[in-house]
Amino acid sequence: MFALFHYSLRNLWTRRLTTVLTASGMALVVFVFAATLMLARGLEETLIQTGSYDNVIVIRKGSVSEVQSGIERGQAAIVESLPYIASSREGKSLVVKEMLVLVGLPKRDTGKISHVSIRGTQGHALLLRPQIKLVAGRLPRPGSFEMLAGSSIARRFKGGGLREELYCGMRHWQVVGIFDAGNSGFDSEIWGDVDQVMQAFRRPVYSSVTFKLRNAQDLDAARKMIEGDPRLSLEAKRETRYYEEQSEMMAKFLRILGISLTAVFSLGAMIGAMITMYASVATRTAEIGTLRALGFGRRYILTAFLMESLLLGLVGGCTGLFFAAFMQLLTISTINFQTFSELAFRFTLTADITLKTLLFSLVMGFTGGFLPAVRASRMKIIDALRAA
Amino acid sequence: MLIVRLLFKNAFRHKFRALLTILSITIAILAFVMLRTVIGAWYAGVDASSASRLVSRNAVSIIFPLPLSYKDRIHQVDGVHLVSYGNWFGGIYIDEKNFFANFAVEPRSYLELYPEYVLSSKEREAFLKDRKAFAAGRKLAAKYGWKIGDIVTLRGTIYPGNWDFVLRAIYRGKTDSVDETQFFFHWDYLNETLKKTAPSRADEVGFYMIGVTNPDLSSAVTTAIDQTFKNSRAETVTETEKAFQQGFIAMSGAIITAIEVVSFVVIFIMLAVVANTMAMTSRERTGEYAILKTLGFGGWAIGGLIAGESVIISLCGCLAGITLAFPAAEIFKKALGMYFPIFTVEASSLVMAFASSLAVGILAAIVPIQRAIAIRIADGLRRIG
Repeated sequence: MFALFHYSLRNLWTRRLTTVLTASGMALVVFVFAATLMLARGLEETLIQTGSYDNVIVIRKGSVSEVQSGIERGQAAIVESLPYIASSREGKSLVVKEMLVLVGLPKRDTGKISHVSIRGTQGHALLLRPQIKLVAGRLPRPGSFEMLAGSSIARRFKGGGLREELYCGMRHWQVVGIFDAGNSGFDSEIWGDVDQVMQAFRRPVYSSVTFKLRNAQDLDAARKMIEGDPRLSLEAKRETRYYEEQSEMMAKFLRILGISLTAVFSLGAMIGAMITMYASVATRTAEIGTLRALGFGRRYILTAFLMESLLLGLVGGCTGLFFAAFMQLLTISTINFQTFSELAFRFTLTADITLKTLLFSLVMGFTGGFLPAVRASRMKIIDALRAA
Repeated sequence: MLIVRLLFKNAFRHKFRALLTILSITIAILAFVMLRTVIGAWYAGVDASSASRLVSRNAVSIIFPLPLSYKDRIHQVDGVHLVSYGNWFGGIYIDEKNFFANFAVEPRSYLELYPEYVLSSKEREAFLKDRKAFAAGRKLAAKYGWKIGDIVTLRGTIYPGNWDFVLRAIYRGKTDSVDETQFFFHWDYLNETLKKTAPSRADEVGFYMIGVTNPDLSSAVTTAIDQTFKNSRAETVTETEKAFQQGFIAMSGAIITAIEVVSFVVIFIMLAVVANTMAMTSRERTGEYAILKTLGFGGWAIGGLIAGESVIISLCGCLAGITLAFPAAEIFKKALGMYFPIFTVEASSLVMAFASSLAVGILAAIVPIQRAIAIRIADGLRRIG
C-alpha cells in the first residue's frame, strides 16, 4: 500500500507543471465553494447570536419585522404587565419598549447613502442583552439627545464614531459611546432614548416590546395570553426565532447562488482533472504494462490511479481552503432584503464547512480520475508493453 | 492557409483531449456570460428608468412618508408638468415565497407618467373606474393564472389586514426591458380605508413621481423642490429615477461585487485547464519541435504554432459557450423570471467573453513557448514522452 502511495506521489511530482495547473483549477472551485458556505454561515451566525433564547419579542400581528410593526402605548402597557416577566436583582422588571426606524446615512469610504437602523430604547435594555459591551465612551444619559453606536456603524458610517455628531429627524445627536455586540446584528444599529427618538421621528407608537421570561418554558403561556387578548393584535416569538426568520431569505439566496455556481464550476475543474489523468495514463502505458507483468493486479492499477487523482483533488482542496480561511478577515456589509437595513457580517469558517469542502474536493478528484483509472486497469499486458 | 490547416490538425491531434478542453471552456464561458447577465439583470431597473422623471421621498429614509399636501406645491415648481404619487404596500400573496412588487398609486397620473405600461383602452377605463381595481403585469398574471375579474387578496405587512382587489387590467411592456411583474392599485382605496382604521396614517404619501417638461431641466427642478421643503417637518430628497434606482442597488453592492469577482474566477479556472492541455501537448511534441528546428524554423515560428493552437482551442470553446448562452438565458428566464424580470444577454458580456478567451489562449501558451524556444535540438531529439 505504501509503495502504491509513493508511486502516485512521485508521479504528481514529476509532472509538476501539470499538477500545479490542475490543482489550481480545483483550488479555485473549492475556494468559491468554501467562501459561499462561509458567507451564508456568517450571516446566520450573526443573526442567531442577536437573539437570546429566553427573550420574547412582541410585534404587531402580520408585520414581518420591527420596522413594519407598530404597538400603541396602551397595548405596550398591557404586555408589560404580563406575569411571566423576569425581574432584575434590583427588582426592576426586564421588559423594554423600543422603536426602530431606518435612516439613510452616508458611508465613510464612498459617501453613498445606506439604510441604518436607529433603535430608540431604554437604559435597562443592556440587562436583557448581556452580549453587548460598552467598549468606548460612556452610556447616554436617559432623556438626552445622546446616542450609542454599534462598533460596525462606528467604523463604516460618517458621524457614527465616538464624539461625532449625527443629524437626523431635524436634530443633532451626539454619539457618546461605542458598544460591541459580539458580531451580532446589534453591531449594525445605533441606540438612543426611546422617547426622544419617538418625538424626533414623529411616530407615536413603539415597534416592539421585548421581555425576558422568568422561566424559558413559559413561552406558550405568555403567547396564549398575548394572542388571546382581544385588546391586542400582536404576536410573540422567541427572539432567536425572530432573528432567524430575518436571515432566512438572504441565507437561502446565498446558498442557492453558491451551490449552483460551484456545481457549474466544478464541472470545468473535473474535466481538467480528467484531461490530466487521461494524459497521465497514456504516457505511462509502458509502465502500466511493466507493473502488470510484474504481477500487480488490475485492481491495484485502478487504485494507484484513483489515488493519484484523489491526491490531486486533496492538494487543490487544501490550497483552496487555505486561501478561503483568509476570507475570515473580511467583513461584508450589505442590505438585508427582509428588513431593508444595513447588516454587517463575516465569513465564518466552521469545522463542518472544512469537512464539507475537503469532501467536495475529494469527490471532484474521484470523478475526474475514475474513467482514466478504469482505462488504465483494463489494458492488456501485451498491448501495453508493446506501446513503448 | 497552409499554416491554419496545420494549426487545426495540431489542435485536434488528440481528439478526445481537445474536445474535453473545449467542453470545459464552453462551460466556463457559459457561466461567465450568465453571471454577467445576472449582474445586468440587477441593473435592469436603472436602464429602464427615464431621465425625464424624478422621484421625491422623505430625506430621512424611504420608510418615512411625505404629506399629501406637497403634491400641489411640487406642481407649482417651474418645469414640472405632471405629479403622481404612491406608497409601497408590501402585501403578501398567500405566502411570503410569492414575492412581487405591489404598490398603491394615483392611477390616472401614474399611467400618464409611465407610457411604457401599455393597457388596452377598455381595460384602462375599467381599471380607472373601479376603486378596488388593480392592474398586473402580463408575466405576473400568467404566473398565478389570474384572469380579468378575479379577486385577489393580499395580506398587508405595513398596513394590517386582508385587502381584496379585483383584476381589471393586464399591462404589457412597450419594450422588452419593461418590468411585467408589477402589481398596482388605487391609492384612494388604501387612503380611504386608512381614514377609517388608522386615521393618523392617512393622507401620507410614500413617494412622489414627477414628470419634467424637459430632461435638461431636471437638476434645476430637483434643487427647486428640495429648497421648497427645506427646514420643514418633512424634508425631501429629489433625484432622477435613475439615481433613485441606483441608490437601491448600491445598498446591495457587496453581493454584486462578489458575483463580479466570481465571474472572473471562472476565467482563471479556464486558464488553468487550457494551460494544462497546452503544457501536456507541447511536452509530448518536444521531439517534433526539435525536428522543426533542424529544418531551419526559428524558435519564434514554433512559438507561433503553439500560440495559434492554443488560441484555436480556446476560441472554439468560446464560440460554443456563446452559442449556448442564448438558450440557457431563456431557460433561466423561465425558471427565475419572477426575481429577474429582465434577463437578456448583453453584447458587452459577449465581447468580454471573447476577449478573455483570446487572452486565455495566449497566456496558456506562454510557458510551453518558453520551453520550446529554450530547448536545444540534440536534447529535444533525445527526449522521449
